[in-house]
Amino acid sequence: MATEIQSGKVHVQTTINGESVDFLAEPRESLLEVLRDNLGLTGAKEGCNNGNCGACNVVMDGVLVNSCCVLSVEAAGASIETIEGVASPEGLHPLQQSFLENAALQCGVCTPGFIVAAKALLEENPNPTEYEVRWWLAGNLCRCTGYDKIVRAVLDAAERMRAEA
Amino acid sequence: MATVHIPTPMREATNGAARVEIEGATVREVVERLEASYPGLGGRLVEDGQLRPGLSAFVDGANVGRRLRTRLQPESELFFVEALGGG
Amino acid sequence: MAVDTRVGQTIKHHDEEYKVIGTRPIRHDGLEKVTGEARYGSDINLPGQLHGKVLRSPHAHARIVSIDTSRAEALDGVRAVITSAAFPDPGDKLTGGGEAPGLPLKFKSANMLARGKVHYHGHAIAAVAAANPHVAAEALKLIDVEYEVLDPVLEVWDAMKPDAPVIIEDLYTAKADGTTAEEPSNVAAEMLYEVGDVDAGFAEADLVVDREFTFGVVHQGYIETHNATAHWLKDGHLHVWCSSQGAFTIRQELADLLDHPITKIHVVPMEIGGGFGGKTTAYLEPLAALLSRQTGHPIKMAMDRADVLKATGPTPGGYVRVKLGVTNDGMITAGYANLAFDAGGYPGSVVGAGCRCVFAPYNMPNAKVEGFDVVVNKPKTHAYRAPGATHAEFASETVVDEICRTLDIDPVEFRLQNSAKEGDWQLAMPPYPRIGHIECMEAARDSAQWQTPLETAPGKKRGRGIASGFWFNIGFTSSVTAKLNSDGSVTLLEGSTDIGGTRTSIAMQFAETLGIPVEDVDPIVADTDSVGQTDVTGGSRVTFATGLAAHNAANDMKDQIVEGLADLWDVAADSITHADGTFSANGNSATVGEAAGLLEEEGVFPIGKNTVTPTREGGAFAVHIADVEVDDETGKVEVLRYTAVQDAGVAIYPPYVEGQMQGGVVQGVGWALNEEYVYDDDGHLLNASLLDYRMPTALDVPNIETIIVEVPNPGHPYGVRGVGEVPIVPPPAAMANAIHDATGVRMSHLPMSPARVQAALAAEA
Repeated sequence: MATEIQSGKVHVQTTINGESVDFLAEPRESLLEVLRDNLGLTGAKEGCNNGNCGACNVVMDGVLVNSCCVLSVEAAGASIETIEGVASPEGLHPLQQSFLENAALQCGVCTPGFIVAAKALLEENPNPTEYEVRWWLAGNLCRCTGYDKIVRAVLDAAERMRAEA
Repeated sequence: MATVHIPTPMREATNGAARVEIEGATVREVVERLEASYPGLGGRLVEDGQLRPGLSAFVDGANVGRRLRTRLQPESELFFVEALGGG
Repeated sequence: MAVDTRVGQTIKHHDEEYKVIGTRPIRHDGLEKVTGEARYGSDINLPGQLHGKVLRSPHAHARIVSIDTSRAEALDGVRAVITSAAFPDPGDKLTGGGEAPGLPLKFKSANMLARGKVHYHGHAIAAVAAANPHVAAEALKLIDVEYEVLDPVLEVWDAMKPDAPVIIEDLYTAKADGTTAEEPSNVAAEMLYEVGDVDAGFAEADLVVDREFTFGVVHQGYIETHNATAHWLKDGHLHVWCSSQGAFTIRQELADLLDHPITKIHVVPMEIGGGFGGKTTAYLEPLAALLSRQTGHPIKMAMDRADVLKATGPTPGGYVRVKLGVTNDGMITAGYANLAFDAGGYPGSVVGAGCRCVFAPYNMPNAKVEGFDVVVNKPKTHAYRAPGATHAEFASETVVDEICRTLDIDPVEFRLQNSAKEGDWQLAMPPYPRIGHIECMEAARDSAQWQTPLETAPGKKRGRGIASGFWFNIGFTSSVTAKLNSDGSVTLLEGSTDIGGTRTSIAMQFAETLGIPVEDVDPIVADTDSVGQTDVTGGSRVTFATGLAAHNAANDMKDQIVEGLADLWDVAADSITHADGTFSANGNSATVGEAAGLLEEEGVFPIGKNTVTPTREGGAFAVHIADVEVDDETGKVEVLRYTAVQDAGVAIYPPYVEGQMQGGVVQGVGWALNEEYVYDDDGHLLNASLLDYRMPTALDVPNIETIIVEVPNPGHPYGVRGVGEVPIVPPPAAMANAIHDATGVRMSHLPMSPARVQAALAAEA
């Protein structure tokens, strides 16, 4: 639900990481801005603000999106998953563990986007080839790692998740 | 005697010599005596009592930066090198 | 046993065995980085904060006739507008410590906010503080600036012409001999390096190859944009949270630029989302500070990507000429090089470093190198990973390849027989200490890729290239303070911002020295009030220099533990031995943990500390092999296989050494094949987005095979050489040599983009 209120802001009801969330936003504010600045969910990062780097990746109603290119009012009634919802109280997601063990991060600023994107991949395709991983992750820029260890980490996590399934 | 390697562009002051032998217990003493023996040369290395901005001294392969008090051995080799940054 | 494909090969040229060094623990800060909890500069929000934005010049070269901020100030929600008038007059002062000390402060100050004149498209003109970023952005449109537009000068070869418009009217060339030119020009500095007799050397040569190369401007391309938050308290204390490669550098720059006492400036390094040399200097920090002083509120500022590309410090474009003379049996007799790099809008490019790297892999009996630092109407350039070396060695390694082809000499053999080694002369430097170029070349020769013939495919143009690279290490100053906790764990404060796992590489050296598990060390990147002087994270220096400080601090702590135990056990301190983390004497023994507990009872809490300015940095060499396929219809070059070999001295934390190698390769591949600033004739940057300034994606590159060579640096107790920078140096030359192998065409411009390769193929045909 999105309701315009007097200040010109819009009241948006949405679901984030399984929790009901209400927020007020200006119509011009992106979902990324609202997540980071209004809701304190700063795991998604702004790298380009025009959909080229993937650092702001979230999943919206099951679809991987660049949250910088989604208006916050579009989140009304949607279900959104962010990096903050990837780990569970029991522990890290296998992708997160695999990124750690494979040294698949350096500065770490692109890492949340990569993990959110890779999780979306493995939900769609639990047994991707190296090429499929590279193709899927081509929307996420990493300037530190050269991608080698990221690709290995995703393949490694996929293998672990298949073994556990 | 310390051996001082003269940077190419400054060799005019040493009549073209690439290396000169100078007595001195510290880098500062050597620079002062360089100035005395080769007028103008010291001034290109030292300014206001300090190594000119952007220069580092190397003594026997060690980068001693701008520390003119660094002590020399009798056979020391002394270079003056532009300091570097990095990415 | 199954081979772990995640782990590259390591070839050791030493017999040292370590317990912690060389292992692969999970990095200490990893958890927060995979969960999104790590706090980067833009993740901070302070109570009452306002947001700042910067107005930028639409022109490349213009005089500012007037600035009227009144309409912007009147906008609801706007709290302050500043121009260069807000900065103190820099007078004739020079910049203090940091990356490039000794440059006129007036240039740095004018680069923060333009002073009278605009030097490049995107040059900052004014800054606004407002209730939110959108209002601040609206206010920028209400600032009225009148410009007198001037002709821009964009390339070094134009800027060096005698009749070129002079961008800085009072810039007089600093000559190599220490004198100053009498007439102003765009050439800020000239340099000259020489060894032996270059004319005699060329006279001895049977073959002389003389080639020219040109370069576009490239950006470091870190994913996190620049940001800063500042709070200027009413008593003059200034707190700054920023994303920088050096908190102490930012503190120094703020003190210089704002003429403010350093003791009142407190800089908190947040996590940093990449830097590669581009985050070694202030842009937003002084603006946020001044806006905070004016409004009394904390100010948060962040650049967008277009700002980053237009107005931070990319690395220079320019020109390199390389001439090499060799005998018929492939011995180098002489080399000459001429490098002109664009400094951007203000003096100070990385050309000097380029000059000193151009022939570094070789023993050069006779060499002469000239360099020119040239001001043009582009953003003030800065370091980018091995600054200057990539340009220089792209040129020299391409010429070396051409010589090998002409003389029909194997490129590995040529490099081995001419290789620089310990004791050989370095240009304008003391002779080389122990270095590992030969060992790297041998490892490349023996590598799986070099030993496997290139797979041919019908109708496909495929080729293989090899190239060497050299980059210095920088020493500078680092500090560590380590506190022994009562359970034997250690809290380690260090001042180096961590861009790629260095908390752990520092902690590992501490743990090795004290004899404890690395998991018992908690490394923390401390702010400028909480740890000793630590210079910028750059120059491949952190694991080397801050690691050395950690080693020394561990020894300091060890001495304090020994002293405490001597007292407790009533023995002489020198009778206590320390091995494998256990202290023993006279039938007594205690592990570090037990000792910590015993000393706690006595009220003794050891704090090991060290500040060090190392004097014997180890240079680092790399050798890379590239296999490529060239599409002769489109000119697109695909990387089929790639091996990176590098002398790491001793790899403290191998997974992250491999990561540096792989990351450097891919940045180098981007530079080689695609990345370039595109300007129109008026000096407008046309591709200021990550769509149009296209960096490699996961789909553009293969896995990068790594071979770590360990030739210990004699200037470090654990033999460390810096590893971060040199892996970007060989890729463009290795790729160019592979393109030649595939097509017979020599490329002389970076990037070797599809259009340029296609044009070169067409010209050849």
